[in-house]
Amino acid sequence: MSLGEFILVSIVKIVIAIGILLTAVAYTVWLERKVVGHIQNRWGPTRVGPFGLLQPLADGVKFIFKEDLLPPHVFKPLYIAAPMIALIFALTSISVIPIGNWITVFGIHTPLEITDVNIGLLVVLGITSLGVYGVALAGWSSNSKYSLLGGLRASAQMVSYEISLGLSLVGVLILAGSFSLRDIVDAQGGTFWGFIPRWNIFQGQIVAFFIYLMAAYAETNRVPFDLPEAETELVAGYHTEYSAMKFAMFFMAEYANMITVACLATLLFLGGWHGPLFGPPFLQAILPVFWFAIKIFAFLFLYIWVRGTLPRFRYDQLMAFGWKFLLPLAIANLVITALIVALRA
Amino acid sequence: MVPLSYYLVLSGILFACGVTGFLIKRNIITIFMSIELMLNGVNLSFVAFAAQWHALSGQVFVFFVMVVAAAESAVGLAIIIAVYRTRETLNVDRVNLLKL
Amino acid sequence: MLHLIVFSVFGLVCAAGAVNLLVQRHPINSALSLVVVMGSLAVEYLLLGAEFVAAVQVIVYAGAIMVLFVFVIMLLNAGEEDRTKGSRVAMLFGIPGVLIGSVLVAWVLLERSGTGNVAVGALPGPPKVIGWLLFHDFLLPFEVTSVLVLIAIMGAVVLASHPGAVQQSTQSDKREG
Repeated sequence: MSLGEFILVSIVKIVIAIGILLTAVAYTVWLERKVVGHIQNRWGPTRVGPFGLLQPLADGVKFIFKEDLLPPHVFKPLYIAAPMIALIFALTSISVIPIGNWITVFGIHTPLEITDVNIGLLVVLGITSLGVYGVALAGWSSNSKYSLLGGLRASAQMVSYEISLGLSLVGVLILAGSFSLRDIVDAQGGTFWGFIPRWNIFQGQIVAFFIYLMAAYAETNRVPFDLPEAETELVAGYHTEYSAMKFAMFFMAEYANMITVACLATLLFLGGWHGPLFGPPFLQAILPVFWFAIKIFAFLFLYIWVRGTLPRFRYDQLMAFGWKFLLPLAIANLVITALIVALRA
Repeated sequence: MVPLSYYLVLSGILFACGVTGFLIKRNIITIFMSIELMLNGVNLSFVAFAAQWHALSGQVFVFFVMVVAAAESAVGLAIIIAVYRTRETLNVDRVNLLKL
Repeated sequence: MLHLIVFSVFGLVCAAGAVNLLVQRHPINSALSLVVVMGSLAVEYLLLGAEFVAAVQVIVYAGAIMVLFVFVIMLLNAGEEDRTKGSRVAMLFGIPGVLIGSVLVAWVLLERSGTGNVAVGALPGPPKVIGWLLFHDFLLPFEVTSVLVLIAIMGAVVLASHPGAVQQSTQSDKREG
């Protein structure tokens, strides 16, 4: 395909992906409020639109109209840039995530992802590592002791759990033999004995899945690891001094990170877009996307369910858990997976 | 098709900036960052020559340089914290006496 | 042509970041310029085909080592740098000297280096091949660097802890255990 065509197709894909991602972020907020509400035996938002479905729109309007104040004595360039950094890196990782097979639209044969890099998994890990800057710089530039402590704690937590996150994925890499996300999903096609799908979670990576789950909760600063931003703790942690649109950017960045992590879990452990295919060819082209969306929804529901159920860790318990339990477990999982693959070959 | 010497000139610029920073800066953390800049310049040189001579060992050596840089910055920053605790200054010109 | 454009853009960003590191007085600005330098270097590595090295550069260098630098700057509350007499002398003699030296080196490299052109992606370095090299030809350096990193971890923990903290924690373990 020619350069001009390639650029046009990429721009269209980027616009669609960002649109879908931002809508997903807004409705994940709605889902969380409804589910946590029901867990806590109350309704959640019900007034704005049927079932409160227009609540994200009302929240967006509220954020736009709030006063966007710049407290005195903040380090202005970084104060303004930190939420942008957080949001940019949260939204960028969608660019290597495939959601379906190759499709042909208007005669253009293109994969259902913005780009297929052959180090796709490393790109996502790199972007996650860079996302720590948004939190650290926000905490420091706010020139307030609660923000600084919250920022330091949050970034130390994120950096610590990044290691276990990465190591838990290496087992999957050994099974698939490639860093490209599309290749990893393709290695999970087919079924065992006709009905158990050949997902990585059934190929022995169940421990890795749970390590990934817990490391993901800590990476995205969610309960039970949300000490840095819990309301009863350090006021609001690194986003204490932020209001209106800048706070909304942090908020969106957190939920976009959740969705990215859910996408990665689906691709690496739950078989991506593989699922029973049936029906006419048109349906067969869309059905993989539907299976992908269902798996992400299940993962996000698990996230929100855990949020409504568990109490939070104290900071020293949190760090001890990450370094003294999760890291050795991830290394043990890696060694055992490598041994099994080497002995099988 | 970019001449390899362009990559080497860029690597030289980075190294020169690193050396300059090491000599003129007085904040110890900035001096450490100049060391990292020098190491990065050298890494670019390694990868450029690996591309020229088609020897992947150049890229492998970059990997080792990065690991050594990581170890060195961890220990160096720990030393900086220890020095700051006793001297309470980050200016290298003020840490010039063995006795406090 | 596109190769030259992309190389020049990211080369300029790199050089501008390096010069900015020297010019800025507050260490946090220097740290962020260094992150920009590392990011643009990762793009230069990609242009040379070293994809694994580029990814490791972003993950390890820009995403971990520089985060450590930013942490220490935040923790120690490093303020703006003050210019002392020694630094003024160094600037007066050092900067012209380095400029002359680097112009000389750049001239030699551009005119008489005897190297040719490189194409985009000149030497692809897929992770599989690099892994093979690391675990076959370079196994001894690999193991030695892992021991080095272990020593660095232990050294950093001991150096940065409060004086007497390591003894305290072992004593409290003995009391509890």
